Amino acid sequence: MGRITLEGVAKRFGDVEVIPPLNLDIEDGEFVVFVGPSGCGKSTLLRLIAGLEDVSDGRILIDGKDATDESPAKRGLAMVFQSYALYPHMSVRKNIAFPMKMAKVPLDEQNRRIDAAAKALNLTDYLERRPGQLSGGQRQRVAIGRAIVREPSAFLFDEPLSNLDAALRVGMRLEISELHNRLETTMIYVTHDQVEAMTMADKIVVLHAGRIEQVGSPLELYLRPKNAFVAGFIGSPKMNLFSGETAAEYGAATIGVRPEHIGVSTEGGKWKGRVGVSEHLGSDTFLYVEDTGLAETITVRSDGEVRLRHGDTVWLTPNEDKIHKFDQGGDRID
Amino acid sequence: MATRQTASLARLMRAPAIILLLIWMLIPLGMTLYYSFLNYNLLNPANTSWAGWFNYQYFYTDPAFFEAIWNTIVLVMGVLLITVCGGIAIAMLIDKPIFGQGIVRILVISPFFVMPPVAALIWKNMIMHPSYGVFADIAKFFGASPVDWFATYPLLSIIIIVAWQWLPFATLILLTSLQSLDGEQMEAAEMDGAPAISRFIYLTLPHMARAITVVVLIQTIFLLGIYAEILVTTNGGPGYASTNLTFLIYRAARLNFDIGGAAAGGIIAVILANFVAIFLMRAVGKNLD
Repeated sequence: MGRITLEGVAKRFGDVEVIPPLNLDIEDGEFVVFVGPSGCGKSTLLRLIAGLEDVSDGRILIDGKDATDESPAKRGLAMVFQSYALYPHMSVRKNIAFPMKMAKVPLDEQNRRIDAAAKALNLTDYLERRPGQLSGGQRQRVAIGRAIVREPSAFLFDEPLSNLDAALRVGMRLEISELHNRLETTMIYVTHDQVEAMTMADKIVVLHAGRIEQVGSPLELYLRPKNAFVAGFIGSPKMNLFSGETAAEYGAATIGVRPEHIGVSTEGGKWKGRVGVSEHLGSDTFLYVEDTGLAETITVRSDGEVRLRHGDTVWLTPNEDKIHKFDQGGDRID
Repeated sequence: MATRQTASLARLMRAPAIILLLIWMLIPLGMTLYYSFLNYNLLNPANTSWAGWFNYQYFYTDPAFFEAIWNTIVLVMGVLLITVCGGIAIAMLIDKPIFGQGIVRILVISPFFVMPPVAALIWKNMIMHPSYGVFADIAKFFGASPVDWFATYPLLSIIIIVAWQWLPFATLILLTSLQSLDGEQMEAAEMDGAPAISRFIYLTLPHMARAITVVVLIQTIFLLGIYAEILVTTNGGPGYASTNLTFLIYRAARLNFDIGGAAAGGIIAVILANFVAIFLMRAVGKNLD
């Protein structure tokens, strides 16, 4: 079981309020991703749940029990750190065994769990090595192994993939998702990368300056962002946001159109502009259109066969159904 | 070709330093070796003759010799024990953020700046003196009779003085090591359910192993040659109770004017020091890779 409930949890460092009181429910077995720009308090929130930081206000319930004043070890959660935090002078086997040794698990049970974890994570050949002799991806797997053997009620991941290169990151992303499908344990995952959030999460929590901006499934966030911040943060490339006269036409303070919802034509359309940079990815082409008079650049996602080059004049037409409208305070208008 | 030229140029450039170092080392060593085979007494310098192994035999059969070696071992081990354990404790204390941290750290390190004879004199006259030392005052305050430290516990007194001088060095090295300990590792261990004691044993100590090795190696080199502290406090006494090998050699040379005997003692000390060095490098040198 791994149901975690935050009730009015707040964190202050001295006079600075990092996290204003917030409420959040995490259901058993859910994969929840905390996402937000750096400094938004997502790691702090994770550390509050882990017990590595004390809450200034509010309560943390784990499986219905008040864990606010429990020590990190007693909460039954396991954490995977950004730097992996492996013990450098111990072999992989001893690293994985450490939490069980501390919990005084019988030796044969220890070995059984180590072997199972090593097999699941492809570490069997590396058990006698030291962390220093492993590659980044392998170290990451050892850190996950150390978390698995504790059989925790929930896993906490603190930006676990940010030290890996792009190719490995995609691979590890899959492995963690598979792990979640197999174990069906609650996982809380912190990242600043919205692609990781979109691809892995059952539920995304978007944080901004310590506040929860929106909680929802990846598609909910993509289709119906609650405010301009979420709209701009979720989706890659970023949503185009316009204010002023263009927005006023639609009766809003700000409007947003995703790059994939803008049509391009060389003959005619709603907005005229000039192609600044075009990025050909094969499957897609990203056009950065300048001199439209609406915004500095408008990003457009077009199909891979568009042959437009720097300096070409183009007309853009937004898909009227897919325009997001926001009021003065940035909240969504329906 | 170019590499070979660079290599020979490099050899040429470092030659003066190496030659100077060799002269500095070999001439005194050679002269000591030579004197150790002579009957050479400053009271009768004209009557110098070849002695063969007599000086060695004389030094070796001197009952004070083994006592001095034992005292040397006790002194070195005692100081190492106090400085390493105390150093770890103090380093962990001053690693924590406290009010006036800068001043506290300077105060902790300051004994290192006091030269050995001065430190020994301060301890002798102001702290351990049986009638007006601080320890005597404390003993009197509690109604106990003051201890005459240098008469009752001569070697222990010297160990305390020397340990006091070397504690800052150990603390400093161990503190820098402690500061490089990864905070996330500690937190990971905390999440893994390791209590403070286990975190210290399984994380902090192995992390500091290298620094402890450095402290042990460097201190041993200096502690084998402790001399000034003995000279200004106990003068090696009572009897030979606080005489180490260095001081025994001094006695032979400067109190008995026996240059030959002292030289033989010196050579024995060099051999013993090399034994210790080889043993230490073997035992703890692994940590330095």
